[in-house]
Amino acid sequence: MAEKTLTIALMDPPYETAATTTALRIVSAALKKGIRVNVFAYEGAVSLAIKDQAPHANPVKGTTVEQEEHPTTKEFVRSLLAIGSSNSQLTWVNCGLCVDERGAVNVIDGVKRGSPADFYKMATESTNTLVIPTK
Amino acid sequence: MPNYVFIESRDAFDSPDTSFLAETAVSLKKRGNNVTVFLVQNGVLAARTLSRKSHLPLLLESGVTVLADDLSLAERGIQSEECQSAMKAASIDQFVDLLLQENTRAVWH
Repeated sequence: MAEKTLTIALMDPPYETAATTTALRIVSAALKKGIRVNVFAYEGAVSLAIKDQAPHANPVKGTTVEQEEHPTTKEFVRSLLAIGSSNSQLTWVNCGLCVDERGAVNVIDGVKRGSPADFYKMATESTNTLVIPTK
Repeated sequence: MPNYVFIESRDAFDSPDTSFLAETAVSLKKRGNNVTVFLVQNGVLAARTLSRKSHLPLLLESGVTVLADDLSLAERGIQSEECQSAMKAASIDQFVDLLLQENTRAVWH
């Protein structure tokens, strides 16, 4: 059976909508099935992998940073990139213009810089492509 | 024959344009296509039988397959006995399988 590849375009910034959580669940499920996945992060989604994201305490519950274990999107992206470790099944490309507009340059290792031309190439070479737009 | 997968993530009470997705899905089904609507996030709020603004009866009567993300249902406390009986809960794994069927077009709303 030919290798299958799924390409997903994301646009929402971190902590904005449930669509990001759903997208990361789809990426995780596909990777666990051995499917190669491309993510093209566009617009605010380039901030999902910002290295400087820090977890925080929860003053409402009175929990510390350690007790809260607040999940950051960069850690989700890092764990997804780690699947397949040396030969990652996940290619994550941030839109370069979107990065520059936001100054969102300091991203975790493994995240690439690209352009909509990369998205076009990934989409044309994939089994299917899912575009998750902003609302 | 192409397969169409529509992903409805919006609440019908918040987004009147959910009717457009349902009408498109029904039209494609009438033309002989395989059509699935996958409800996710607040899209699952339409799953309750008592939901008056739901487009699910139209979809189901037209032969469209309707699936609902199991995690989204659970997060919102929607029990299977509250839902349209012809609608099925599905995992995100099943959704990935749908996406990767041959000749499948996916549209997120």
